[in-house]
Parts: sequence; structure tokens; C-alpha cells
Amino acid sequence: MLIFERSEPGRENRAQRIVDSGYSLDTIPESLKRRAEVQLPEVSELQAVRHYTRLSQKNFSIDTNFYPLGSCTMKYNPRSSNTLAMQSGFLNRHPASDAALGQGVMACLYELQEMLQQVTGMEAASLTPAAGAQGEFAGVAMIRAYHDARDDDDRNEILVPDAAHGTNPASAVMCGYKVREIPTNDSGDVDVAALREVVGPQTAGIMLTNPSTLGVFERRIEEIADIMHKAGGLLYYDGANLNAILGKTRPGDMGFDVIHINVHKTFSTPHGGGGPGAGPVVANSRLAPYLPIPMVKKIDADSSGQAAEYGWMDENDCPESIGRLSAWSGNVGILLRAYVYAKMLGTDGMERVADYSVLNANYLMKKMEQAGFSLAIPERRATHEFIVTLKREAKELGVSAMDFAKRLLDYGHHAPTTYFPLLVPECLLIEPTETEDKETLDAFVDAMVQILQEAKDSPDQVKGAPWTLPVRRLDDVRAARELDLNWYKQ
Amino acid sequence: MPFIPHTQSETASMLNAIGAQQIDDLFEEIPQSLRADSPANPQDGMGEMEIGQLMRERAAADDGVLCFAGGGAYQHHIPAAVWELATRGEFYTAYTPYQAEASQGTLQMLYEYQSMVSSLMAMDVSNASLYDGASALAEAVLMAVRANRRSKSKRILMPKTVNPTYRKVVHTLVRHQGIELVELDYDIEKGVVDPGSLNIEEGDDYTALVIPLPGYFGTLEDVHGLTDMAHKHGMLVIGCVNPVAIALLSPPGEWGEKGADIVCGEGQPLGIPLSSGGPFLGFLCSTKALVRQLPGRLIGQTRDLEDHPGFALTLQAREQHIRRSKATSNICTNQGLMVTAATIFMSLMGGSGLKQMASGSHQNSHKLADRLTAVDGVTQNFTSPFFHELVINLPKPADEVLAALVWQDIVGGIALAENYPELGENALLVCATELRSDSDIERFTVALEAVLAEEGE
Repeated sequence: MLIFERSEPGRENRAQRIVDSGYSLDTIPESLKRRAEVQLPEVSELQAVRHYTRLSQKNFSIDTNFYPLGSCTMKYNPRSSNTLAMQSGFLNRHPASDAALGQGVMACLYELQEMLQQVTGMEAASLTPAAGAQGEFAGVAMIRAYHDARDDDDRNEILVPDAAHGTNPASAVMCGYKVREIPTNDSGDVDVAALREVVGPQTAGIMLTNPSTLGVFERRIEEIADIMHKAGGLLYYDGANLNAILGKTRPGDMGFDVIHINVHKTFSTPHGGGGPGAGPVVANSRLAPYLPIPMVKKIDADSSGQAAEYGWMDENDCPESIGRLSAWSGNVGILLRAYVYAKMLGTDGMERVADYSVLNANYLMKKMEQAGFSLAIPERRATHEFIVTLKREAKELGVSAMDFAKRLLDYGHHAPTTYFPLLVPECLLIEPTETEDKETLDAFVDAMVQILQEAKDSPDQVKGAPWTLPVRRLDDVRAARELDLNWYKQ
Repeated sequence: MPFIPHTQSETASMLNAIGAQQIDDLFEEIPQSLRADSPANPQDGMGEMEIGQLMRERAAADDGVLCFAGGGAYQHHIPAAVWELATRGEFYTAYTPYQAEASQGTLQMLYEYQSMVSSLMAMDVSNASLYDGASALAEAVLMAVRANRRSKSKRILMPKTVNPTYRKVVHTLVRHQGIELVELDYDIEKGVVDPGSLNIEEGDDYTALVIPLPGYFGTLEDVHGLTDMAHKHGMLVIGCVNPVAIALLSPPGEWGEKGADIVCGEGQPLGIPLSSGGPFLGFLCSTKALVRQLPGRLIGQTRDLEDHPGFALTLQAREQHIRRSKATSNICTNQGLMVTAATIFMSLMGGSGLKQMASGSHQNSHKLADRLTAVDGVTQNFTSPFFHELVINLPKPADEVLAALVWQDIVGGIALAENYPELGENALLVCATELRSDSDIERFTVALEAVLAEEGE
């Protein structure tokens, strides 16, 4: 039932009424007044609370289910991060307030910038991108600003591996670049010979994820960096898979010039049903001048004994910046959650994230292989995620990766990422994360084994799934053909 | 080990299953030359108690401030139930609803949000949100360029009464796509778009006109006249509006004869705290005719195998994960949790509650205007009617006055000189929402009087 169907004309939620100040000064011209009353639900507070509580119960979430969604790093989101970020002093600070009225929040942001620089091996950080895709845009725009500043105007091409996230080519296009795809070889590495052939004076840069979206470490990354830099191109690191290498190896040492970090993945801020995220960008000295503004700077204590203070760096401090990406300074509330998480980990804790996310992925991969499932790249170590391909099952049993995914929901597990990366047919990209216990991983393997058995014995059980959720499989074609996007205009 | 459940014996048995001696062996594919050294400044992890103490100190340092600033971020009443519900783990820790059957809660909520925002704006459709008002305006501009097939120029008329930071963000985000932002001046007496600066001649090609309501100065534009003028010259109309104001003011879908084509804005006033400027929520609506040009997620109602109603992501062929370099935008996540809050907020307030909030803000800002302009030397800048924000002129530089008010824990507004040098260094943008009580306004007035009475430093 929709909230609109619970609405009753004339019902008011009196507890939320705003007292009329009695200062009736009606200066709005008649022509600019709204003619009809706003149509919104008219429900009691209890009706609204019950409605949205019940809706929440129709979701799978990390708090309720194993969520091995590859490339999304669905790890536990500590409650402390939420509670400590949602304190009145942080929530009620107006973004235009003087920096003197924001020293608490700015201290956190400054330290977060430093921690991100340290763990990535970079020189400077800007926290302002609102999401990974905006961080990607920022990174590529910085590469472009670098070439523009050198009047190197012929570089009009960005290289992207064919296994890359869809946001990579889309971001490159937003920066005015042509996209050229680079093939991946059978063991999951970039085809370096093919790369050598296409790199040239038209190459502005390359966008890479390492570990790649195939769940393996890009072993020839130093060589790739060398090829790119010799050709005058730069390297952008998509931080989607940073969880796997945190504290183990640093993108800055690999030769990358700029990186974005998805704090909603690696630093455990909530996914919130699809955002808000945050996508800080961190750069080496070559690209630091172009970072988006604003950033936080530390004003060291002077000889008069004045305490250290934090201030904003804006257009005046950073004349070469690519500019502003949001109305203020990015998703500060999310960055505070990332800060709390990073402080709780400490430097050792960050390395343990990589240790145990990789342990869990390799354990799960081994168990899946032993259970008879085919791995996309069996000869390689998994990083924090790995790929199972159900090509054989699809062919022999007529049961697709999507059918497995839907049936897993009946077993109480969220499905892995399906049909991505696009290179691997009938694939499941599986990322267990470090916060899951062994019993949960074992239960997932058991469920997959049972589904495989069902696929052999009673395939309709799998093809018709899910059976136990609030709805059965939905008609996507109808959703697109008979567009119904607005209850008031059905 | 925070948040890692493994016991030593479990770790050992898992390594045994893998066939590895130790965890470090699992990283053998990383070249030795790339293995990170121990960090130069190692930091111990903090327990929840310690980080709690630190964060409470820091939050307290920023707390207890009385705010009269707006400029695109507004402090309104937020019902307690909004964040109690939005931070339920089932909303807070779910991901993008790619598996529709396991995400009906989020999907239905998003569909309800789309319906409510469309209704408020009197538009046909809304997407499921963008990052914030500024990036929503950038996406609206890109959308207009795609959608207006009669226009070849990629030139957008952008009034100076549009939030100056939004204009900067639009520039950052669209500059590499051959789009030109043509500034429109404002009437220095009235503080609204100067119709005289609109010398559009027959055959001039502009793609779209952006119309703010209210404008950055709080003033109300002649939205009907501007909309009809733009349509007459083949432009699309992009409304950039405050959603609380629209409970009281003409909704963009009813502007002029045909209504706005695209509507965007900042959804923060709908139940989202100030939070130093984010996370907020950008909304984007359009007419039905333009729906396939909308960027971002869209939720549609459909049926399941048993013909029961349900909700799913739809028209995904527009999006980056399908279309890659040919997508309408690179956007991937939206602001789901903020949308959850805004949807619950709109349900709890209802149409009449939202209108009361708008009227209360409107009244209080007029009260503020009357009190402040009664202070010696303080005048109001513009003659046009305003919603809940106005520009005043002080007898001293606004920067200095704001800095002095900091000592009394008052955010006195936003100095305008940097973005509007023509207004002089004494111009200040002030705002009062329904939350500002008579005694708040009194405290501000008295403090301002005191600051203005001080001799120059």
C-alpha cells in the first residue's frame, strides 16, 4: 500500500504544526502565489511511522543479510560512526559560518585528508566530490587541466580497459574526451602489447582500477605507468577496490597521479539505499594544484602562542583548481563517519581490512570451486572479490546467473553482482568483505550448492525465484513500456 | 580487531582450506617493489569510548550557534520521526536497489518521493535525486542541451540572480562540452532579472533560460513573463527553486502559459540538517515529453509474475552502467538516504504543514527586515518582494560585522561583496526561517546594534 492510499482529506498531523507568528505581512503578488493547495499525503504521525517502518522491513540490508555484492564493499557500517556524526554541533553548523565556528568539524576533515594521503601515498587531498562518479570526473578534469596548462592541446583520448566500471567512460566523456577501450587478457591483466600500440601523442591518460574489476591484481602496473608517463599521459586510479590493498600497497607508489576513494566502500560509510556517498580525490605533486576546492588547511600556531586553527582553501589559494563541484564543501556528514571509522582502525587496522577481506574472498573462492562451481580466472589469487561463471550451468540446465541470484534471495542472502564485468558470461562477482564470519561464508556456499541441486532436479524452482519475498520477479519490460513514475499522474 | 570477527583458529582453518601458510601469502601477486613500508606515523586505533570522547568535544566546539544565514542552506524544523526512521538499519545499510525483489522498501519510498516532488512542483515526473542543488542545475543544463533539438547554439541564459556558487559548479561540470553560459544582469534597484538586459532578437539562438525562484537575493522573479518570453524564442525553461517556497509560490509547472520544462533545486530544506553543507539532495523534474533525457535513477511501478504491484528501476538504458560513454550522465549513486528523510518529512508535514512552514519563514524574515532596518544606518537593498531572505546594507563592511558577531555565537548572514562587487562591501544577505523566534531576532538586532556602535578598529 502506498502512503497516498492511507491519506484522508482534512487529516492533519497537528504535532508538526508551525505556529503562525501573527506577523501577517502579505507582500507576495497575487500572480506569484500558488493557486491550488499542495497535494501531499494527509496522514497521522503514527500512520507515517508505521508505513515507513514496514517499508524498511521490505529491504535486504547489511544489518539484516549477508550482502556479497561485488565491487560495492558492503561491510558493516559501525553505529558509532552514525551516532558521533549526528551530534547537534555538526548537524546545525551552517556551511557559510565563519571558520572560527567550525574548528571541530574542520579538525576532523583536515585529519581525514592526511590519513587518505598517507594510505594512498599521495601529496594532497580534496574531500569535496559527492560520490565516486564525481571523484572520477574530478580526477579526469585534473588531468585535462594539467595538459591544458602546458598547452598540450592535442591530447583528446582517455584509455579505459574493457572491464572498467561504466562510470569511467561516462566521466571521461563529461570531460570532453574520446574513450578508447583497451583489451584485457585471459588472466585478467591489461593487454600491455595492445596498450603500447594505442598510446601516443593523443593520449591524455588512462583510467584503471587495481585490483581490477576482475578481482585480480594488475601485476604489470609499473610497466603500464612507465608506458603512460613516457608518452606524456597520466594515470587515474579508480578507488572502487581499495579495500583489497589498504595498507599493503599504495596507488602513489604504483605510479598513479590521481585517485578517488569511495568512502562508502573502503571507509564503511552507509550506502543508504543508493547514496549519499563521498569520493575524495587525492593527487601527487604533479596534479595537486588542480584539486577541486574547497579544501581544509592548517594554520600553524604562531609565535604569539595562538592555537593552531583550520581554514578553507578556496579560489584565492588554489588559482589552478578545476573549481567547485558542489554548492559547499561536499558530503561533510559522510566524511565525518569515514573519519570515525578510520580513527577506530588506526594504521594497523587499515592493513587488517586488506588482510581479512582478502582472506575471506580466497576462502570463499576455494569453497565455491570445491563445490563444483567454475571460476572465471582459476589460476589467480583472489583479491577482495572473485568471479564465478555459470556459463556451463546456463547451457546445460537452462538456469542463468540471474536465476541463481534471485533464488539466493529466498535463502536470505543478497545476490552477488550479476553480469558485471561484461567480459565474463553468466557471471557472479562475489565480495564477502572482512566483517563477515566463517559461518556466514559457509552458509552461502551451502545455499549455492542447494540451488545447483535444485537447478538439476526442479529448475522451475530456480527460474521462478524468488518465492518468499514481498514480490515475485518483476516485469521490467512493462515498467519501461507503461511508464508509471508518479502516483498523482497514473 | 575492530569489526573483524575471526578467531585465531578460524583464521588458521581458513588458511588451511586455501592452502596458504599465512595471510600475507595471499598478497604474493603484488610485486615486492610495490609492497608498502610501515607507515611513517603509525596511529593506534581508538576504541568507541575514546573516539566518542574526541568527537563529543569537537561537536561541542561547533555547537550553540544562532544562525541567520541562508544562501541555499536553510535551518528548518525537522520532526523527530524523520531521522529515527531514516537511520533504521534496513534503510541506512541497504544498497542501490538493483535486486528489486529484495529492495521493495527503498524502491517504493523512492517512487513516493518522485510523486511528492512532482506534485509539489506541478511537474509530470521527477528522478530519484542527484547530489545537491548545484550539481542538479548542471545536470538540468546538460539535459536542456540534449532535449532542445531546435537549438544549435548550446548557449544558456544564466541570470546573476542564480546562486553564484551554483553558477561556478555548473561552469566546472559543463565547460568541457562546448556549452556557453551567458550571464543576464539584474536590476540594481529591484534585485531581479533586468528585462532590459534581454535584448533577444528574431533569429537569436539560445538553448535555455534558467529562472530562479526565489533568486539568490531572496527576491521573487517575474516567472510568468520570463517563461513566456523564453518559450517564444524557442528556449527551454529551467526552474531552479526552493521547495519550501513553492508551497506558497507559483509552482514551476504553472509558470506562464506552458510551464517550465525542467525544474531543479536543493532539497535540503525538506528535513535535512545543515551539516556544514552536505550531504544534501538535488531534485530534478521534467515534463513527460523529456523523460528519456532525465539523468539519474528513475523508479517505475510495475507488476510481478502474479500480477501484484511492485517497483523497479526503469529506463536504465539512459544510464552509465548500460550505455557507458553514451550515457545521459556519469551519475551512479544518488542521495538515497536523504531522499528517505525528505519523503518521510513530506508525509509528516503534509501540504498544509509545508505551507505553514513557508508562511512562517516568510513572516519571520519580514519581522527580521523590520527590526534590522530600524537599526541606525541599516537599509534594505532591493524593492522587490522577497520570500524568506533579503539583502541589507550596513554602515560598515559586512565581513567585519560578521567577524564581530562570531564572538557572540551568531552567524549574521552572508557577505555579498566577493560575488557581487557592485553591491559594495557593506551588503549582507540575511535569512529567518520559521525557527527564528522573536527573542532570536531580538538577540541578533541588539548584537548588531552593539557591533555597529563600536568605533572602527
